[in-house]
Amino acid sequence: MKNGLKKWRLLPLFTALAFILSGCGEPFLSALQPAGEVAQMQYDLMLLSTIIMVVVIIVVMIIYVISIVKFRRAKVGENTIPKQVEGSHKLEIIWTVVPIILVLILAVPTVAATFILADQTEMEAVDEEGNRTALVVDVRANLYWWEFNYPDLGIVTAQDLVVPTDQNVYFNVIASDVKHSFWIPAVGGKIDTNVENMNTFYLHFDGEKAQEADNLFYGKCAELCGPSHALMDFKVQTLSPEDFDNWVTAMQEAEAEPEPQNDLAARGEEVFGEQGCIGCHAVSPAQGAGISQGPNLATLGERSRVAGILDYKGDEEQHEAYIKEWIRDADRLKPGNTMGGYNEDDLSDEDLDALTEYLMGLKVYSE
Amino acid sequence: MSTVVQKKGFFPVLWDYLTTVDHKKIAILYLISGGFFFLVGGLEAMVIRIQLAVPDSNFVSAGLYNEILTMHGTTMIFLAAMPLLFAFMNAVVPLQIGARDVAFPFLNSLGFWLFFFGGIFLNLSWFLGGAPDAGWTSYASLSLASEGHGIDFYVLGLQISGAGTLIAGINFLVTIINMRAPGMTYMRMPLFTWSTFVASALILFAFPPLTVGLFLMLFDRMFGANFFDHTMGGNTIIWEHLFWIFGHPEVYILILPAFGIFSEIFATFSRKRLFGYSAMVFATVLIGFLGFMVWVHHMFTVGLGPTANAIFAVATMAIAVPTGVKIFNWMLTMWGGSIKFTTPMLYAVAFIPSFVAGGVTGVMLAVAAADYQYHDTYFVVAHFHYVIIGGVVLGLLAGTHFYWPKMFGTMLNETLGKVTFWLFLIGFHLTFFIQHFLGLMGMPRRIWKYLPNQGLEVGNAISTVGAFFMAAGVLVLIYNIIITQVRNERVGNDPWGDGRTLEWAIASPPPFYNFKQLPLVRGLDPYWIEKMEGNDRMTPAEPIGDIHMPNNSFIPFVMSLGLFIAAFGAMYQVDWRASDGAEYGWAIPVLVIGMLITIGSMAVRSLKDDHGYHVHKEDLEKDDEEGGRL
Repeated sequence: MKNGLKKWRLLPLFTALAFILSGCGEPFLSALQPAGEVAQMQYDLMLLSTIIMVVVIIVVMIIYVISIVKFRRAKVGENTIPKQVEGSHKLEIIWTVVPIILVLILAVPTVAATFILADQTEMEAVDEEGNRTALVVDVRANLYWWEFNYPDLGIVTAQDLVVPTDQNVYFNVIASDVKHSFWIPAVGGKIDTNVENMNTFYLHFDGEKAQEADNLFYGKCAELCGPSHALMDFKVQTLSPEDFDNWVTAMQEAEAEPEPQNDLAARGEEVFGEQGCIGCHAVSPAQGAGISQGPNLATLGERSRVAGILDYKGDEEQHEAYIKEWIRDADRLKPGNTMGGYNEDDLSDEDLDALTEYLMGLKVYSE
Repeated sequence: MSTVVQKKGFFPVLWDYLTTVDHKKIAILYLISGGFFFLVGGLEAMVIRIQLAVPDSNFVSAGLYNEILTMHGTTMIFLAAMPLLFAFMNAVVPLQIGARDVAFPFLNSLGFWLFFFGGIFLNLSWFLGGAPDAGWTSYASLSLASEGHGIDFYVLGLQISGAGTLIAGINFLVTIINMRAPGMTYMRMPLFTWSTFVASALILFAFPPLTVGLFLMLFDRMFGANFFDHTMGGNTIIWEHLFWIFGHPEVYILILPAFGIFSEIFATFSRKRLFGYSAMVFATVLIGFLGFMVWVHHMFTVGLGPTANAIFAVATMAIAVPTGVKIFNWMLTMWGGSIKFTTPMLYAVAFIPSFVAGGVTGVMLAVAAADYQYHDTYFVVAHFHYVIIGGVVLGLLAGTHFYWPKMFGTMLNETLGKVTFWLFLIGFHLTFFIQHFLGLMGMPRRIWKYLPNQGLEVGNAISTVGAFFMAAGVLVLIYNIIITQVRNERVGNDPWGDGRTLEWAIASPPPFYNFKQLPLVRGLDPYWIEKMEGNDRMTPAEPIGDIHMPNNSFIPFVMSLGLFIAAFGAMYQVDWRASDGAEYGWAIPVLVIGMLITIGSMAVRSLKDDHGYHVHKEDLEKDDEEGGRL
């Protein structure tokens, strides 16, 4: 059939396009370098629609170029009066029916994919003991930070989402102040975190692709939410299923009140209480899920970024410097955030050193 | 009576414009104020592009950036694109159908002044504590949380100017239904009239949802209601629905008249009748109809479920079909014609590939599952700038050059026009094409800054360079307008030489009563038909007689001014109540006074009979001998 032939002819075009697009962007951020089956499905739809559209554009451009080259007045003569054609039923039918067919070709996979991506049956599946088999993460979006709660595991973290590779991860998302949108471009499309209702969807993190991105994907807020909307980033650490189990165990066994490593840190712990930090920030991975006013700090010392944006590139000193900068000057780093900064009058330099020492020591998994 | 006005000073001219009910002068008012807001919106766009030129930039602060992006969108849609389209509708549609004015000249003036005061009110926010900062969509959770009066300016300003738009839409509907010249059947109406007709119908049905949404927001923000406050049982998603039930048809309200302008230009400069006229009319109506069935494609990621998403995805794709029909008919209009590349025609020719590019990304966005990736990224920013600039703004620029002689009696310089065209076109593609890729590479829209090392630097730098080309193009256009008006070289009825429709059959600019005798329309492109039969003018459909004209009126201005004043009272009474009456004691009185001014002027209008006046037969005949300048 003609259609079949057309498809085969398009194959080289398809490959070429995929090749060109895959050069675009960074593997940890780009939707053009899909790193999981959700993103892959969406990427395939992008390619399919692009191919159909390129075909349309080529047809249009051929007619277009011929008509503006061939029928210039300079060419047809200044005084020529063209024949006043009314139209053509045959042509009208052709360019109505052909686009309808093209749209139908696109509509079928669109509808199919829309329903596949909304399928949450696996989320409800339980084993013999009645425990849920799928991993579920409750995501709570707040003014410029993210909370990730694992309700079945009894642990909670913030800013760095930790997930196992090669299995579906289910997300329940909601916002606690204004509307945000939860997006990990390389792994799949976004879903809005509404204020009044929970949305649910799933993502799948591909192990091999995750390695290309150094097991760290960038997540973004995709809905305008205030001055620091642009800075409401989070990171996704991907672990192999075994490592993920180890991480869960470590998080579950972490102490409710982490032991300070030295005297300075012990002083820091006091400052943490005196300054009222503890009113908003939990330091145990078991506390504060769904209610705390600020991010859980249990794993602060091992987060990939400070405040989700400041990259210390593994340098301990830089890490400390950024934590101090954040405490002193949070308002400049993320305008409009709900913590605000603590200047020298609020917090002496000595106390800041102690506090930073304490915070740097808040680690669970890398110990 | 402002009939005999030849050489006048500044103030008489100003008074004439403040009180005019003549569709041609109202067109000029729309053109000037729409053009002014276009420059304001463009300036805001330049700040956005400068801010994003380099990573981690601090050219503007985060809060100010959100105000600028909000005002850029709001200004361009409501205060630039729509009024500029109304300018051409007012200038051309009554002439195209052979009418002496619109059906309700008083309402026409009222519509303009409501838009004008609404726009001024909205922009005064810059000087009174900060502009709105929740995006032009003003989603409810963020807009309710927004501090200060920015959102109040948005709600009240758009409410006032929206009323003006609704009035203008109704006016055009009635005009086109009732005031067509003898022989001007529906299927002989020029495409620009048809698209104005359909766009006006869309205004009639699309603006009420916006009005409702704005009222709910107004009560939430100013009078303590809780329609959108979820902690009190409200729901923010309702705002999204109301906004997009308006917002999607709004896009077609903008693009359809632009399609109309292009249809006229293609036919004129190809010296050929529009190919597939009836299919074009049908496609226009179908696009307008389908435009109401697709709003959820703006909300695919809200979580409405796969059934809703799938239905709206397929409905959205369906719009590609009538739009495609139009594109092919335009190309076939050129095919076999005799194409003259004047400035308007260059815009029309450039419009096809630009709009096709915007159209195909529209179909891509309709693929709901893939839209989860595109939504709220620079891909969407690229898409809607491709349709709005590639469609609407190119249409407006084409219309400016094409209809300038008819509106002002002078011809914009063609060389400068072409310079503007090339600068603007190159700048436009340079700015926005790369943004498709930025979006797919992970850049969300409406971001104040992006951090380095995310692969977004090069694309953004290119985009900013393009924006400067566009700005340069606009500056050349302004220069062109100034020198053209200073030189003031008058042109005749049909300066392009290939005019086909009725507006080219009368003087440029037309006398204030338009047609001395209503023309007899004998087919599509009536002036062309007469020209082909060797006639230099239309066959009259009536003997010369007295012409009934409306009187000028200052009432529309005062009526709109009253609402403008009342809006300040409505806004500051919030502070008055917040301070327990200690401050802003003037707020409620101002609200009352403003409303009284409006209601009072409505009463005057209703109670005082104004029968207008007649231009007498003898004066018309004398006018003819003096060269048509009464």
